[in-house]
Amino acid sequence: MRDVAIIGIGETQIGELWDKSLRELGIEAGLKAIRDAGVSGEEVDMLYVGNMSAGKLINQEHVAPMIADYAGLDDIPAVRIESGGASGGMALAEGYISVASGFDDIVVVGGAEKMTDVNDEEAKKILSSTADQEWETVCGATFDSLHAMMARYHMNKYGTTKDQFAEVIVKNHSNASNNPNAQYPRAIPKNFVMNAPMVSDPLGMFDCAPLSDGGAAVVLCPAEYVDNYNGDPVKILGVGHGADHIALHDRREIGGMKATRIAAEKAFKNSNISSKDIDFAEVHDNYSISEIVAIEDLGFFKKGEGGPATEEGRTALNSEISINTSGGLKAKGQPVGAVGINQAIEAAIQLRGDAGDRQVEDARYGLTHNVGGTGASAVVHILERWSE
Amino acid sequence: MKTKEKVGIKSYAGYVPRYRIKPKEIGKVWGKDGETMGKGLRINSKSVPSPDEDVITISTQAARWAMKRAIIKGVDIGAIYVGSESHPYAVKPTATIVGAAIGATPLMTAADYEFACKAGTAGFQTCMGLVSSGMIKNGMAIGADTSQGAPGDALEYSAAAGGAAYIIGTEDMLAEIKHTCSFTTDTPDFWRREGQKYPSHGGRFTGKPAYFKHITECTKNLMEESETVPDDYDYAVFHQPNGKFPVKVAKKLGFSKEQIDPGLLVTRIGNTYSGAVPLGLAATLDQSEPGDRILVTAYGSGAGCDSFDIKVTENIEKIKNDEVPTIQEVISDEEFIPYSIYAKYRKKIEGGY
Amino acid sequence: MTTPRFWREIEQRYRGIGVQCEICDRVYFPPREICPHCRRESFGKMNERELSGKGKVLTYTEVHDPHPDFKLLTPYIMAIIEMEEDVRVTGQLVGVDYKDVETGMEVKATMRRLGEESPEGIIYYGYKFAPVKDKHE
Repeated sequence: MRDVAIIGIGETQIGELWDKSLRELGIEAGLKAIRDAGVSGEEVDMLYVGNMSAGKLINQEHVAPMIADYAGLDDIPAVRIESGGASGGMALAEGYISVASGFDDIVVVGGAEKMTDVNDEEAKKILSSTADQEWETVCGATFDSLHAMMARYHMNKYGTTKDQFAEVIVKNHSNASNNPNAQYPRAIPKNFVMNAPMVSDPLGMFDCAPLSDGGAAVVLCPAEYVDNYNGDPVKILGVGHGADHIALHDRREIGGMKATRIAAEKAFKNSNISSKDIDFAEVHDNYSISEIVAIEDLGFFKKGEGGPATEEGRTALNSEISINTSGGLKAKGQPVGAVGINQAIEAAIQLRGDAGDRQVEDARYGLTHNVGGTGASAVVHILERWSE
Repeated sequence: MKTKEKVGIKSYAGYVPRYRIKPKEIGKVWGKDGETMGKGLRINSKSVPSPDEDVITISTQAARWAMKRAIIKGVDIGAIYVGSESHPYAVKPTATIVGAAIGATPLMTAADYEFACKAGTAGFQTCMGLVSSGMIKNGMAIGADTSQGAPGDALEYSAAAGGAAYIIGTEDMLAEIKHTCSFTTDTPDFWRREGQKYPSHGGRFTGKPAYFKHITECTKNLMEESETVPDDYDYAVFHQPNGKFPVKVAKKLGFSKEQIDPGLLVTRIGNTYSGAVPLGLAATLDQSEPGDRILVTAYGSGAGCDSFDIKVTENIEKIKNDEVPTIQEVISDEEFIPYSIYAKYRKKIEGGY
Repeated sequence: MTTPRFWREIEQRYRGIGVQCEICDRVYFPPREICPHCRRESFGKMNERELSGKGKVLTYTEVHDPHPDFKLLTPYIMAIIEMEEDVRVTGQLVGVDYKDVETGMEVKATMRRLGEESPEGIIYYGYKFAPVKDKHE
């Protein structure tokens, strides 16, 4: 296996981008990444696109060749990767494997989602379709309600509080205030979160990540070739996948995610480092509860300590471990299929030292954590600052 | 009509949705003195189904409880007839869905009945014929409705939801049906045309030439054929579109208030149409003892009556258990709702979901 | 959901028909062809098993932003139920106020409308859960 580097990054603004189509989002991100890497189109061997539900959101399947085509790369093989909310992260893992294995040299991994071409109700229904359609959603479950039941369980079992959920949101909004690409680049007071209309008890409107449009892309190449390109490289140190039952009720543990734990274990093993070495992490905070569960299952905090740790500020920027410096899915935004790539881009920005006011001091190791559905799939990447 | 073999009720149970609305609350919306109207109709409240309840769910719940009471399995049921004027489908039988839900399909016969408020008892008679002839061992007859009156119409104060299921057979009867007879004419007192959401009615024409004439004739005929008089009966159950009619017709026929009281549910739950007499009989059976005799007359607009002469057996003691709630227990679970919620639940808000 | 897709699962939705692994006795709902515990050994040894319908609330929520088919019921309560057979099921709680719901509460399956294909289409029926009251069931 060859070492793999990210040599180019590019992402669009995240938000309600009424004037942009899915293909435009994909192309904008892809071209930015290629330009950042300093590679030419002809050099690209393969394109992977993370996308959750173009078929339902814009009634277009076969989106990877479409994006390649409009990027002027119509003779480059392009494949879409789908794993619910983890589509982007899974696409990145595929790209990593194809470069590490020696099968391809230059691989572009993109992710894009266009969620605002349907109304909110339809978009939420589509988001819910990553849960078990026949045994969860038909029975009345929404994606929100499944996470709310996780939250209730976590509260009952570990004493986690609504206040602690709110602290996750306040922190992520505060981080996003320094991220120009974020959908909500502004801090919000805690009472806004606490007093927001209820979505699914105990989760209020601010506990839930938004519906977003956005595209993101990275360029991968073998570490041994980085000097051939202009791009400022970071190293992908390790990757791990995890899986679990599709339906939340079938998992023995409602207050934790086995898929995350498996993915993290594998990624740490492949990287020869441990959770203690990680300086910052982009975790899948599609709901406030999700971040608390994630930081426990990734090994940053013991089970049940995610809430108190957040409340004590131990996950804030430049504290014990900086969690979701980009603002996370909650405040940077949730263009589903792009999320895993957005996370890798934030990690690259931090490791390059380009994060400005949200820079993690002396960042060496970063982790990204991307979840599909309510936890049926998860993928973890560990990235390292480039050293000659 | 007499069967060759002894035939009777092997089990029964009823279900009524828990939501209630008071006439006063309905009257408020239409500028009427609902409280006085309610008093005139002798209806204190009526049941309202939740949006996820209909004739199929009500029938299924009643059928499941009836099976549990007598420990009868779905595969032992040879026929299901569901009588209703509010079947969820115009075409597609309620009975097949209930049959599948109780595990009675596929080796059984089934059909839906409609005869205004007596469609349930029409199923009694069909099952009696099938079991007494030996064609099937057990038949299930269900009467259930989720009736609606047009907003503002007099019917809105009474049209309610509920139903009961009966298992009819020739062995292990808890009550023998000794005799039945019907009285049928073409009397257009109440109807609903195909495609119409709400029924129409003839106002006061629904009284004397319709309800009273048919119940009186049919009941008299039953007593004549059975050679009985009102005093021979411990209880009587008459169709109850409101709280006034059954009391009046009972008095006219020579039955006392005490005889009809246990089966008079309309004051608390409203007119449950096809469910009314089956529920009233169920409530009566709940407090019956071996040897008790019950006279039942159901009325359906259009118009017709079915009367039954029922005698409770020793088995009534055996099937009383804690596994199945009595009708009084079912209807005591109640939650009162305002007209706004009622209008939402009954899909009366235009442009709503 | 289209008509055949729903119809195929009527036994499960109406009557709670699951399966039991002949090797380890574990019960699964909905039915699985293979026991996740015994894997290939269990193939062909998963026997039909009807759930009792009784269980306890494991976790729950009150939904204010509803599934489109549940709008008229909003706010409504969803729960994960731990069934007697040690298998878990997601369903709506009916006949109970949210303030009275608690973890461990005993419930029983009841058949209700789940939704419909369209106003002209097939109606979907299936299990929801109601609290077990007093002495009954």
